[in-house]
Amino acid sequence: MVINNSHEQITSIPKAEVADLDFYYGSFHALKGINMTLPEHSVTALIGPSGCGKTTFLRCFNRMHDLYPGNRYEGSIWLDKDTNILGRKVDPIEVRMRISMVFQRPNPFPKSIYENVAYGLRVRGENNRRLMDEKIEDALRVSALWDEVKDRLNESAYNLSGGQQQRLCIARALVADPEIVLFDEPTSALDPIATASIEELMSTLKDRVTILIVTHSMQQAARISDHTAFMYLGELIEFGRTKDVFNKPLNQQTEDYISGRIG
Amino acid sequence: MPTTNLRKLRTNLNRRKLINSGFAFLGATIIAIAIIILLGLTLKMAFQGAERITPEFFTSFPSRRASRAGILSAWVGTCLVMLVTAMAAIPLGVASGIYLEEYAKKNWLADLIEINVTNLAGVPSIIYGLLALGLFVYELRLGQSILSAGLTLALLILPVVIVTTRESIRAIPNSLREASYALGASKWQTIWDHILPYSFGSILTGVIIGLSRAIGETAPIITIGALTFIAFLPKSPFKSEFPFLSFEWLQAPFTVMPIQMFNWVSRPQAAFEINAAAAGTVLIGMTLGINAIAIFLRYQLRKDIKW
Repeated sequence: MVINNSHEQITSIPKAEVADLDFYYGSFHALKGINMTLPEHSVTALIGPSGCGKTTFLRCFNRMHDLYPGNRYEGSIWLDKDTNILGRKVDPIEVRMRISMVFQRPNPFPKSIYENVAYGLRVRGENNRRLMDEKIEDALRVSALWDEVKDRLNESAYNLSGGQQQRLCIARALVADPEIVLFDEPTSALDPIATASIEELMSTLKDRVTILIVTHSMQQAARISDHTAFMYLGELIEFGRTKDVFNKPLNQQTEDYISGRIG
Repeated sequence: MPTTNLRKLRTNLNRRKLINSGFAFLGATIIAIAIIILLGLTLKMAFQGAERITPEFFTSFPSRRASRAGILSAWVGTCLVMLVTAMAAIPLGVASGIYLEEYAKKNWLADLIEINVTNLAGVPSIIYGLLALGLFVYELRLGQSILSAGLTLALLILPVVIVTTRESIRAIPNSLREASYALGASKWQTIWDHILPYSFGSILTGVIIGLSRAIGETAPIITIGALTFIAFLPKSPFKSEFPFLSFEWLQAPFTVMPIQMFNWVSRPQAAFEINAAAAGTVLIGMTLGINAIAIFLRYQLRKDIKW
């Protein structure tokens, strides 16, 4: 599917470029010929009905599919024009150190609040306590969690509420200064208040990182994203500035989905 | 609702409730019978042997006179054999479990290994004794020693350790693995920092169940040639000069608790039966002790880990 280019051109610098991406779960062709750019320092939302391949697409960016047998990528995702994330010679661990991820359900480790965030640094062999303290405080501040947890960093992360746990996971994903953060429906397991606080946080993160977010909620995409990609049945149907995609969709399927006729 | 329908509904409901409570009663009765029999047998043995359970019983070697015979060589033998068993079975079993669960490709070979490991847990213990006699005693020339016995029992409980390790690892939610990998952790970092700590309590339970089984095993130990009468102890594992540890005890001949019991039971004199009952009581005590430690450790380790 060719992207309809009559939308106003996206002017920001691309952080990543997806070229002819196909993905297979065994013999199931889950993503079909996707071409897209991920603009730097902005929020890009992936929307579409269940089973359209949004999460599958998202998980290509940090090679999560490598963890399970029978998965196959074709095509490329260029990071900063010089590294093909999907390249055979590129180590998925290196990719995951540059591109971190926040999952659908909060998944903190059964460790202390401090250790949860610290793990992002510990995997790299970081042991300098002062530097870690600084970075962890910074990550928790950016995730708007610091004031709530600063006096109980050694308590188990499981004592936090769902929304706090998700912000902890965001802090964990940010602590090692990634270039892109992937969000896989980060608020679908949270109540409206926790959702609002995470949405607010996301708009402040743009200065630090590039964000790609999968969301079920079109309202959420409209509220927080700068660019929106609509996917349907494994194909990228339409991609452009969020206001353009929502206000004057070029494709009939996009319009049907946005107006609630499919999905 | 018309009254007739309501009455019908209630008759039906009462009948189902009756069946339900009937089954609960049946289950409770069967459990009660089992517990009473078990408790009765244990208590009978404990009362019978009570008079012989004195400090001297633990510090005396076996003797031709029942009143002077003790279990010193037997309980020391059991402890040393269990030590070897644990040292061999835990690293081997846990490492195999981790490899099979986290590293091995899921193909027909893995399935074949899985089926075989599970089946091995059900092989009669004397078969292990025969294998060990050929392998450890004759082929590797380890002799009829504590080392041979420990390795034999390690083989015996290896399937249990492997299977429980795999089950404990499998019980860890995949979301935690993904969280670790998504931060750029390698497979080994994920295993060492997350998988092992979170499953340690359950793995420990499996190890203890295995050891409790091994502690009462007689057949394979007799097969490899344990002595039934022994009046000296293996050399101490500690010594006064450098390097302070000695491994000569590994080569020593030995006996273990169940063999000592078996020996006493087979004597004609009634007095030895009392000794056997006393030794049995001590053996049950040892097993319960190990299990108590396991329950305590598991509780301590799992206190902070839940998902």
